[in-house]
Amino acid sequence: MIRVILPQHLRTLAHAGAEVTIEVEGPVTQRSVLDAIEARYPMLRGTIRDHVTQQRRPFLRFFACEEDLSHEPPDAPLPDAIASGKEPFLIIGAIAGG
Amino acid sequence: MSKVRVLVGTRKGAFILTADGKRDKWEVSGPHFAGWEMYHVKGSPADPNRLYASQTSGWFGQIIQRSDDGGKTWLQPGTPPGEVPTPGPPKPASNKFVYDTSDATGKPLTTHQFYDGTQHPWEFKRVWHLEPSLTDPNTVYAGVEDAAIFRSTDGGENWKELSGLRGHGTGPKWQPGAGGMCLHSIILDPSDPQRMYIAISAAGAFRTDDGGKSWKPINRGLRSQYIPDPNAEIGHCVHHIAMHPARPGVLFMQKHWDVMRSDDAGDNWKEISGNLPTDFGFVIDVHAHEPETIYVVPIKSDGEHFVPEGKLRVYRSRSGGNEWEALTKGLPQKDCYVNVLRDAMAVDSLDKCGVYFGTSGGQVYASADAGDSWAPIVRDLPAVLSVEVQTLA
Repeated sequence: MIRVILPQHLRTLAHAGAEVTIEVEGPVTQRSVLDAIEARYPMLRGTIRDHVTQQRRPFLRFFACEEDLSHEPPDAPLPDAIASGKEPFLIIGAIAGG
Repeated sequence: MSKVRVLVGTRKGAFILTADGKRDKWEVSGPHFAGWEMYHVKGSPADPNRLYASQTSGWFGQIIQRSDDGGKTWLQPGTPPGEVPTPGPPKPASNKFVYDTSDATGKPLTTHQFYDGTQHPWEFKRVWHLEPSLTDPNTVYAGVEDAAIFRSTDGGENWKELSGLRGHGTGPKWQPGAGGMCLHSIILDPSDPQRMYIAISAAGAFRTDDGGKSWKPINRGLRSQYIPDPNAEIGHCVHHIAMHPARPGVLFMQKHWDVMRSDDAGDNWKEISGNLPTDFGFVIDVHAHEPETIYVVPIKSDGEHFVPEGKLRVYRSRSGGNEWEALTKGLPQKDCYVNVLRDAMAVDSLDKCGVYFGTSGGQVYASADAGDSWAPIVRDLPAVLSVEVQTLA
């Protein structure tokens, strides 16, 4: 079980709470986690990653285990603590005013 | 008794204001989609309960919302309300606006001019304007930034670019205005389903006579001092276009500077700024029953986006332009420095015609007597981006 924390506006869109849980088969990576999130919550497609390029939207960042993983390759393994569900994977809106 | 429903998009959510035909007591519903920029909310002329809304965010991108019950409940098309999503094949992507790069349409993905004059690739940013079909509630057009027009024929579930517009070939000369390179005006001709008008800031106005397959620029007569050739075919910063449905060949335009008029479907334009105190502005609209009565809100200048002299004045011409009268009754005439953006004025079709507009200060003003007098419906909303009105039986 993977735990993912969504930013407030995406919780509203997904009709979900702050923390959602998903199952990922195979390697636990940013890509596989986000694929699972979008499969579970199709209304979030395009809000975290670009529809076509699959690149992270520029004002979003990914954190886990107190580290900024935003610029890690999407297919790099996430920390074991994420794969085991001990720690959540955080999707965070950058602080940019407004 | 008739009712009116005013659909307001703001920087931080959407609001729905309703009243009976007297238009003196209002109910306010909202914020819908609190915290999101709501660029535009518009109802289908063919089914007034069908509303479309553009919900955007610099963080999370574009969302399309639809209501089938007049704004009581909303859904992202393709995702029924209240449904607990389940894993499975991808559902329709109502927020997927992908520029057409197919061979069949000539790969019109080109570059456009950036602020500094260099060439820049097209990048989708948001939907500025949603224009529902006059006859089919499931067909709706979207004007987007970077400038292009998309169409959905399934209630907003899937979108396809009408790429003949960018395929026109002048794309490398289009450039963004201060608000971005947006396609902000879409006008459907009720007498000819093949004819549409659009406008882009800053490229100009275009017309299609074949349902969106091909487009031609219609900017002859526009003169813009801020571009190298003031009379160029392309490059004019058109802010808004309006048309009376009974006279679809007559168009009115608020350009960056200059208020303009065309009597031949945009082929030729002439200036009608007349005695306006300034002819810079964003909105322009036409009286519902008098095709020669038009409204603008003059703004001081391109460098000072607020009303001149601290006075909020709507100007009305009853002669199709040139002769303008200031409408001030009920509007602040002292210490007022708001702006009124391009999609933030609308008219109802009651008798007398109601006129509505929203300001950057969060006020939505209404006139139930064609502009003779005004009163605020609400005073303290977030900055208003758009105002549309539905007249309900």
